[in-house]
Amino acid sequence: METQTISNKEISSKTTQRISGSEAIVRCLIEEDVKIIYGYPGGAIMPVYDELFKYQDKIHHVLTRHEQGATHAAQGFARISGKVGVAIATSGPGATNLITGIADAQIDSTPMVCITGQVASHLLGSDAFQETDIVGISTPVTKWNCQVTKAADIPGALAKAFYIAKSGRPGPVLVDITKDAQFEEFDFLYEKCTKIRSYTPIPKTVAGTLEAAAKMINAAKKPLIVWGQGVVLSAAEEQFKALVEKAGIPAAWTILGASALPTSHPLNVGMLGMHGNYAPNKLTNECDVLIAIGMRFDDRVTGKLDEYATQAKVIHFEIDPAEVDKNVKTDVAVLGDAKVTLKAILPLIDENSHKEWHQEFKDLYKIEYEKVIKDDIHPTKEGLTMGEVIKEINIQSKGEAAIVTDVGQHQMIACRYAEFNKTKSNITSGGLGTMGFGLPAAIGAKMAAPEREVVSISGDGGYQMTIQELGTIFQQKAAVKIVVLNNDFLGMVRQWQQLFFDKRYASTEMINPNFVAIAEGYYIKAKKVTKREELADAVAEMMASKEAYFLEVCVEKEGNVFPMVPSGASVSEIRLE
Amino acid sequence: MNTEKQLYTVSIYTENNIGLLNRISAIFQRRHINIESLNISPSEIDGVAKFTIVVNMTEVNVKKIIGQIEKQVEVIKAYFHTLEEIIYQISGLFKIKSELLFEERQIQNIIKESNARIVTVNKEFFVLEKSGRKEEIAELYDELSVYGIMQYTRSGLIAVTKEEMKISALLKKYNN
Ligand SMILES: Cc1ncc(C[n+]2csc(CCOP(=O)(O)OP(=O)(O)O)c2C)c(N)n1
Repeated sequence: METQTISNKEISSKTTQRISGSEAIVRCLIEEDVKIIYGYPGGAIMPVYDELFKYQDKIHHVLTRHEQGATHAAQGFARISGKVGVAIATSGPGATNLITGIADAQIDSTPMVCITGQVASHLLGSDAFQETDIVGISTPVTKWNCQVTKAADIPGALAKAFYIAKSGRPGPVLVDITKDAQFEEFDFLYEKCTKIRSYTPIPKTVAGTLEAAAKMINAAKKPLIVWGQGVVLSAAEEQFKALVEKAGIPAAWTILGASALPTSHPLNVGMLGMHGNYAPNKLTNECDVLIAIGMRFDDRVTGKLDEYATQAKVIHFEIDPAEVDKNVKTDVAVLGDAKVTLKAILPLIDENSHKEWHQEFKDLYKIEYEKVIKDDIHPTKEGLTMGEVIKEINIQSKGEAAIVTDVGQHQMIACRYAEFNKTKSNITSGGLGTMGFGLPAAIGAKMAAPEREVVSISGDGGYQMTIQELGTIFQQKAAVKIVVLNNDFLGMVRQWQQLFFDKRYASTEMINPNFVAIAEGYYIKAKKVTKREELADAVAEMMASKEAYFLEVCVEKEGNVFPMVPSGASVSEIRLE
Repeated sequence: MNTEKQLYTVSIYTENNIGLLNRISAIFQRRHINIESLNISPSEIDGVAKFTIVVNMTEVNVKKIIGQIEKQVEVIKAYFHTLEEIIYQISGLFKIKSELLFEERQIQNIIKESNARIVTVNKEFFVLEKSGRKEEIAELYDELSVYGIMQYTRSGLIAVTKEEMKISALLKKYNN
């Protein structure tokens, strides 16, 4: 039963038009200002594809090579544009292939609407050809989902879907539409959804919490800000920077928070978490006030919870009330949209500089630099490092590129060393850690922001999970720059095997194909680099290319990512070697 | 805060949507929390359903669960209460051979003393209904089982709170 109802008054002032359910689906997308969608056809969604053919001047459909690619592309699109990404698929296997991307979007709060075709309603529940209970399957990984069996319910369901996907804490929704509903004709009328009775996207800020938080911040001797993607999702970068600067507080980021404050900002003290920077991890257990903004204390960030910042008072700026006190007990929870709450707290904050406290971060950075960073980005021994490749990309792109990473060592290295001068420049799979995310996500990112340089960085493992999307790149002429850091290993797993399983490299070595030939097979310009001397020129050539370009860099086989907080350890037990 | 496990009733007011039961039960399932009993019925408000779920858990965790439940789009409001804070009833049905009713005098006494109600009688069997607290129904079960029970079934717990749940006021606010 749908709850979204349109009042009679509104209906009478609009004219309706008799069209099919499938045409209605396309018209709804147009009403929601959707210009690009990603998908893959099949029996149960064919009526919609037929309409897409008719409306191709209004909506550009991108045929990916796998439905998983469609969801990741929609995610990449959403992450860089801040708009809702749309993916469509047929019933059964088409729908189940969407699940990985949906789960990824759910845990990383990415707004996405997935539309799946379904067998005709009289066949539901009969194990008909290509029938799966996609509503049941997707329930745990969607913000909301529903099944539509009547054409007349399509506009209401899609309006609700878009509203839910993008409002409050964003997330993926799925609307499953039976084939008979796609054929049925009805009087079409579209009303955007702006409210749902049972749903409060943005919680009210509890009275007094802003003042209490400000008082705590002003009294702090060693405050630390830890920020996450919430800052980006609520477009609060400016307010955030103003707060950081006025209060003079060192600020550290979670992997999804990266780029909300430029890397070069003097108060940006680096990345938190398992492979984060030494200083912010260590000093988390020394600060007196921990100010969490739009982040959710993921276990990759906190390490051992009962030894996480136990000395500190905790302030949590958060849009999702269920995140407050979930992992870390807070002293003050400032509920609401970060853009609004940060703006409101700014006048209550005293100007400060915390010079001595900031010096502690600089001192620890020096240690990390000597022990880790120097060898990562200015290596002297043989074998290319992942870090120097990232450094070269920084130089050639002037830190302006959007970096889309896959999952593994290269991801951690890219996040550690990439220079992010612009917001929304780090697109990566954080919460789910989905290998295969990078390449298709880069397609979506490039299509959403064609004016930006989009560089996809993958490992040889994850790249091969969605390598078929090279076909999409070629067909769409999407000018993404693809870098594969090839260590002939599932590097991150190999690192763990080395450190925790006595170097027993069980099934992590990869015998790889000729990647250059594969890229060239898809008519994509390609080059392979094996020596340090060739790197700069190759990266320059890649960046200068107007078209898609593939660059394979053979890096040292057994390089490791440090620092590292071993899993289950406290953040202050962070290891430099 | 109480860190010991105890029985809580979780009352959830929701839009009456297909699929919501799945979403809500999954919240418990993911955390390995066994649902002791579950009842879904219309509430005092038109078009609003009420879930009454009994779980055995700590206060800290039940609070977190409430947060996750309220996060669901179609959930209007969720509350949790200890058993002391509610008035509740459970209903038990007992199917018993009719001959016992006439041959075992004691059974008639049991029925009378337990305040159980005879729902139906026919040649083969009769059906007893007893509403009350869990222990009262368990007690009746023990007493009757001596004579043989053909079928027995018990409902989930249904409850109203001693304190007012301001759900109508809340809905009015949403509607405006
Ligand atoms: C779909 C999926 N399967 C398995 C994993 C576990 N996993 C995490 S990192 C990793 C290795 C990645 O290897 P590669 O893509 O070569 O990147 P590298 O670590 O070498 O940079 C694996 C297997 C995962 N994250 N995602």
